[in-house]
Amino acid sequence: MTLAAADPAAAAAEAGEPRRRGGGYRRYALGKVLGALGSLVFMLVVNFFLFRVLPGDPARTLGRGRLSTPEQIAEFNKTYGLDQPVLQQFLTFLDNTVHGDLGYSILYHRDVSEVLVERMWPTLLLVGTSTVLAALIGVWLGIRAGWDRASRFDRFTTGGSLTLYSMPEWWLGLLLIAAFAVGIGPLPGLFPTGGLHSVDADPSSLSGVLDTAWHLTLPVITLTLAYLADYALIMRGSLIDELRSDYLTTARAKGLRDALVRDRHAVPNALLPTTTVVALNFGFVVAGAITIETIFSIPGLGLLTTDALQVPDYWLLQGVFMLSSAAVITANLAANLLYGLLDPRVRT
Amino acid sequence: MSLLKLKGLSVTYRTEEGPLPAVRDVDLTLERGEVVGVAGESGCGKSTLASTVLRLQPSSATVSGQVLVDGEDVLTMRWGDLRALRWAGASIVFQGALHSLNAVRRVGQQIAEPIQLHEPSVGAAEVARRVGDLLEQVGLPASRAASYPHQLSGGQRQRVMIAMALACRPSLVIADEPTTALDVMVQAQVLDVLSGLVKELGVGMMLISHDLSVLADMSDRIAVMYGGRVVEQGPADQLFTDPLHPYTSALSASFPRIGDPAARYAPAGLAGDPPDPRELPPGCSFAPRCSLAIPDCTTAEPPLELKRPGRGVACIRVGESV
Amino acid sequence: MSTTSGTVTLTSRQLARRRRRAARARAWRRFRQNRAGMAGLVVLTVVVLVALLAPVLAPADGLEVTHATGGVLDAPSGEYWLGTDANGRSVLTLLIWGARISLFVGLMATVISMLIGTLVGLTSGYFGGWPGAVLFRLTEWFLVIPFLPLAIVLASVLGRSLVNIVIVIGVTSWPGTALLIRSQVLSIKERPYIERSRALGAGHRHLIGRHLLPNVVPIVFANTTLTVAVAILSETTLSFLGLGDPTRVSWGSMLDDAYGVGAITTGSWWYFVPPGVCVVVVVLSFTLVGQALEEVLNPKLRQR
Repeated sequence: MTLAAADPAAAAAEAGEPRRRGGGYRRYALGKVLGALGSLVFMLVVNFFLFRVLPGDPARTLGRGRLSTPEQIAEFNKTYGLDQPVLQQFLTFLDNTVHGDLGYSILYHRDVSEVLVERMWPTLLLVGTSTVLAALIGVWLGIRAGWDRASRFDRFTTGGSLTLYSMPEWWLGLLLIAAFAVGIGPLPGLFPTGGLHSVDADPSSLSGVLDTAWHLTLPVITLTLAYLADYALIMRGSLIDELRSDYLTTARAKGLRDALVRDRHAVPNALLPTTTVVALNFGFVVAGAITIETIFSIPGLGLLTTDALQVPDYWLLQGVFMLSSAAVITANLAANLLYGLLDPRVRT
Repeated sequence: MSLLKLKGLSVTYRTEEGPLPAVRDVDLTLERGEVVGVAGESGCGKSTLASTVLRLQPSSATVSGQVLVDGEDVLTMRWGDLRALRWAGASIVFQGALHSLNAVRRVGQQIAEPIQLHEPSVGAAEVARRVGDLLEQVGLPASRAASYPHQLSGGQRQRVMIAMALACRPSLVIADEPTTALDVMVQAQVLDVLSGLVKELGVGMMLISHDLSVLADMSDRIAVMYGGRVVEQGPADQLFTDPLHPYTSALSASFPRIGDPAARYAPAGLAGDPPDPRELPPGCSFAPRCSLAIPDCTTAEPPLELKRPGRGVACIRVGESV
Repeated sequence: MSTTSGTVTLTSRQLARRRRRAARARAWRRFRQNRAGMAGLVVLTVVVLVALLAPVLAPADGLEVTHATGGVLDAPSGEYWLGTDANGRSVLTLLIWGARISLFVGLMATVISMLIGTLVGLTSGYFGGWPGAVLFRLTEWFLVIPFLPLAIVLASVLGRSLVNIVIVIGVTSWPGTALLIRSQVLSIKERPYIERSRALGAGHRHLIGRHLLPNVVPIVFANTTLTVAVAILSETTLSFLGLGDPTRVSWGSMLDDAYGVGAITTGSWWYFVPPGVCVVVVVLSFTLVGQALEEVLNPKLRQR
């Protein structure tokens, strides 16, 4: 039989739509990296503004508790270049930040960067575990609920998710502490009320690891529940957005079982937006940990923030703020790059 | 036994504003190797007809009547049998291939999917070979299997849809406006490919289009739908050149044949809009737009009657004018 | 089409008004069919009434520590339905007065957030070009600054007062609104009637006031409700961290106090459970109403 593709006019007619192959992702990625760099610079400007311009008298706010005599204040101003014009100050600030000099903590009498690195691990452990758990469970719930819309399972999941979403996560934590750590009535407390591990435990031994897991159970449950609501609702929403799509009718017409239509066709498409949100949420490590670490007394960045707030230790607060913003920007970039990899429409 | 037989098929959608009868009491037969065209304006129920043949109508639809494929009623079939029939027995070329293809899977995978599903014994290498063959049959290089839908042009995507529809060598293909979204050049090519394959493979095809001239070229018989009903039915060439129902005349006149002097001097269109299926006019649904309408037209819906050998028409005025 | 006899010809403005009234009636009918949204609306009405009637329901001197008559963390009794706090004040009284502050902060912060968000979104969407691009970037940057650390830093730099907490929440929660409105404006701008209007010589003020705003307002309206929910949650968290106004009682400050006096370890559930329940119920109600509004006002969602 005659084939139309042999006809050059046909090929030309069909090439009507612009088609870019290769290089597309590189350009996309470059744009996202530049955007992230822009965010980073913006974050530094905000930081500078927040801590040096807004308070009016930086020597008082930044040096509170250490400086009493005018000489000390003058000395302080000179050390941090606060007697110089604002632009010069900003450049100095940039220079220091780039070299990892985030100032000196008056609470711990150590460099802020040192304190931050030390306090990062408990937070990563807590928030990392919770995010992974919440993503797995939340996505699963969202798929089940969205696919059988208005079913009993859907109503229960959506209602539960909305309630969790409306709940301050630390209040949920307080309830869990009261119920499972303090105990209600005859029920004894099953879990410790706080801390990362028992005082006498050796964190490197097996029993130490188990001890840490035991201490982290309640906080991880709390954060998992808090995040899970978000993921379940987003996954449900994006799956419902796909439900009316024509390609699902095609898949059904092919004779696929309902479960296969869902898992092979609907879910991969619906996962795209959800993946972005999950990746982005990894960036909210510090923000998410602030209240939970405080009520469970876990010595991470979150507890560090509330401790710094009590003094207040502005250098430390600034460090936490910078670190948490940088984390979000990085995670945002990662989310965008990942999206591009997952969606062939961006990738190719 | 006919390949496809619709008997008194009616489809009604539940909507917020009340029931919407999309298809009303349609009878239609399609023999093996035959091409039947279904014509009509948008909203006349022709796409609903297509989806009902494989029971793909949305859950808001209630269906009555029978859809017999090889004598078995699709509407009452068990789910397992229905899934086995889908694509292996009857497949669909959907309109708007961009949305009907999955954007995140390669087109090769999507063509291979029904083969793997319905013929699980076929090995991976054989499946890949068949996908390549299918692509070449529709005039695309086999290497296109690795492309994603967005990397193809509209015409190429529609060819992929055709290749996909033929993947399991079905005996019935339903083509729902397969060329609507394409420009004229590409449209002609895709239709060429489709009609060539249909003849070569001897499949029966139900071709749905609003373009009567396309249907006249490709079909053996044509059914014209208006307001959810078949208003005229007959051999394709007769129906196009010598329409009986006033609606068919109007439809045929709106697609003039090149070189037809009569069409040049009397360009014809059809005034007014198709009726809202929720508020069908009394009697003949076409009466409000019909130039031949008389008061009697609005009293009762005219039945589809044989007015000439092989020509069914639903119009009370056809008898008089002959 | 000619007007049939007997009908008075309407001016275009009257027609527009009539159409708008019909649209509102239709929206209300749809909203009433949404059971979750109606439930939320009823709850919110009750809470707002309680907040307004606080002086009648629970005399203000019940808040004075010096006038407190109850014991320390007394369990619920006939006299104190929800027990007492560490200062011997009735928890119920605190709860009723706390509703005022929580709602006030939530609503006022939302007003600020909406004003900034609408202004930025409208400007960046309508004017385009480099000012639009700059505003868009700015919005995106603000969006990735983590809310809680920023709010904490702002609150601690500005100091603790009712106005400051409103400002802190208001200026940190606008970017989402701005992006939403920008995308709406961009899509409305492409519609043919805007072009027609421009071709007929309409100025910016006419286009924004007559065409863009009326179309954007419904979306803003639904978004506002959802923002109030988030703002109330933020107030609760900031107050819990001790960044709220120390002189006023809110649900968040009650929880902070309950945590501070060890109500959790002593099992004084009546002090830390009710404020949290109030927050959940009110935030949930705002969310449900917001979602129902979104569904009613956004035709794309309605088909779901």
